[in-house]
Amino acid sequence: MLTFVIRRILFAIPTLLLISLVIFLIVDLAPGGPGANIPLTIPPDVRKRILDAMGANDPLMVRYVLWLKQFFYIEPAFIINGWFGTTFAEGAPRILSWESRQPVIDVIAQRIPQTLTVIGTAYIAAILIAVPIGVYSAYRQYSWFDQLGTFIALVGYSVPTFFTGFLVIVIFAINLQWFPTIYDTTLTVTDWDSFVRQLRQMAMPVAVLALFNAAEISRFTRAAMLENLSQDYVRTARAKGMSERTVVLKHVLRNSMIPVVTVIALGIPNIFGGAIITETLFAINGIGGAVIGAIKANDLPMLQTLTFIFAVLIVMFNLIADILYGILDPRIRYD
Amino acid sequence: MTDATATIEKPSSLWRDVWLQFRMHKGANLALWVLGALILFAVIGPWLWQVDPNAIPEKAIDVIRGKNQGPSWAHPMGTDQLARDQMARMMAGGRVSLSVGLVAMLVAIAFGGTIGVLAGYFRRVDGLLMRFTDMFLALPLLPLLLLMMFLFGDAARAAIGPRLGIFLLIVLAIGLTSWMQAARIVRGEVLALKEREFILAARSIGTPNRRIITRHILPNVLGPVMVSATLGVAAAIITESVLSFLGVGFPSDFPTWGRLLNDAYGEMQIYPLRVFWPGLAISLTVLAVNYIGDGLRDALDPRIRGR
Repeated sequence: MLTFVIRRILFAIPTLLLISLVIFLIVDLAPGGPGANIPLTIPPDVRKRILDAMGANDPLMVRYVLWLKQFFYIEPAFIINGWFGTTFAEGAPRILSWESRQPVIDVIAQRIPQTLTVIGTAYIAAILIAVPIGVYSAYRQYSWFDQLGTFIALVGYSVPTFFTGFLVIVIFAINLQWFPTIYDTTLTVTDWDSFVRQLRQMAMPVAVLALFNAAEISRFTRAAMLENLSQDYVRTARAKGMSERTVVLKHVLRNSMIPVVTVIALGIPNIFGGAIITETLFAINGIGGAVIGAIKANDLPMLQTLTFIFAVLIVMFNLIADILYGILDPRIRYD
Repeated sequence: MTDATATIEKPSSLWRDVWLQFRMHKGANLALWVLGALILFAVIGPWLWQVDPNAIPEKAIDVIRGKNQGPSWAHPMGTDQLARDQMARMMAGGRVSLSVGLVAMLVAIAFGGTIGVLAGYFRRVDGLLMRFTDMFLALPLLPLLLLMMFLFGDAARAAIGPRLGIFLLIVLAIGLTSWMQAARIVRGEVLALKEREFILAARSIGTPNRRIITRHILPNVLGPVMVSATLGVAAAIITESVLSFLGVGFPSDFPTWGRLLNDAYGEMQIYPLRVFWPGLAISLTVLAVNYIGDGLRDALDPRIRGR
């Protein structure tokens, strides 16, 4: 098992390096080079220092290595400094936002909790809704429940979140006035009242994201259950006189969960991408909102760092999915 | 003799069988009608409803009086924030949205298909090309698309013109970030086909690789590619509308369904209908295309067909 995990981690490193190369090249090959997008409000001497720090006149390979050093050494060193009070990489140039002149990582660190609260709740809600629906649709294949589930899943998967979000806002926030339309990020949960307020403002974004993700997960659960329900071991279990409950919920469900868990882990990076839309819709001040803010403010370092963070998230969750698959299904480990 | 041949039933071809099976899928049939109606609306509509989608009333007072109106006989879908006719804009937007979907899908299929055929047919490049595909699958696509539009948008506008430039940029960006599924499907099919006897026969009479691929392999991977292409159109339409909705896609005088959403969003709480029409059009198109893809997949599956 340990060699399996180590091998997977070693595979992830070149992937991450290649992705960083792609992001670097897109920024570098942009018309006029990376310097072209420095806003005119930045004074000329600062502009020169920015270009020097990027090493704008060095060859391509040198610039790429410098860029990598910022992402993989300097910025992580400052994060560790923040946690343990150490002084790694003191005085090294940091990635500064062109909009606020703050280190980009600090801005992102402030915003990640908002995103995680909404997205995390939505994803957990999606799993809790989707798995039972998928199990029951498979158990009663072609019943009216299954047909309805298929239809709702296809609708939930096809209708873009910006349209479901709009419908939810118009119906529940404007006509019925149940929920607020704007997400208040300064709200801290201290007592029951503020907890209820937090729940109310989270209800709509969570519902929209959960519907979209539940559609996909329930389809996968159904397919996996169907595949297992016709296996020989199911007939054996029934022949031994086990109750339907034990057969379906113990034997079939456990075996069906192997691909489903992987799909759930692989879906996590996508939901972060989807957060860009949801956060714009509901005015949540998370990292998705930061992407749009950076575009509007011409803030290239911020945009580049956020893209890279999304890439790290994807590679990380791919790795987790791989390892989970290895833990759940022993056949995978010995490839 | 002529009488005898006349009584023999017409031989059924593969595509006729597929079509008959496709007709059995009720959802896909309905979806075909819905999609047809939407395409007619966008393509034929502007000839019947001859209103300039970008016509702003000349006097400022007319703009202020005529903006954000609800549906009426003069403007069946109302007007937008500059008193332009919403229905004409929906038709113009539909043309762009649908053509972006189609062209981006063609780019993705052409690129993914080439990679897939090369990886499946030539064992030497298989590992390299599949690692390349895996790497693309690990890219954060939406942030990367936003980054590309942000960095290259102005240059494309300056180089080729505001309309064609953005159109080409969006189509290329979407196509080059969505070819991976097609490549994997094609590779799998080619790997299986390569071992079949008819390929061996073709090779044994000295057919060059190029001819084997174009004459024998490509026609046989057409089925799975069609399903992937159908779903690709839906994905491309959604991606374009997301980009336009987030404000990095098409400019305002070049309406697409996503752009109309973006224009209307600020005043969504007062004029919800302006968001409703483009949102409904996008959702219906994508739902219809996904249903058609579903029906096509069933129809092309030999295990289901003929039952």
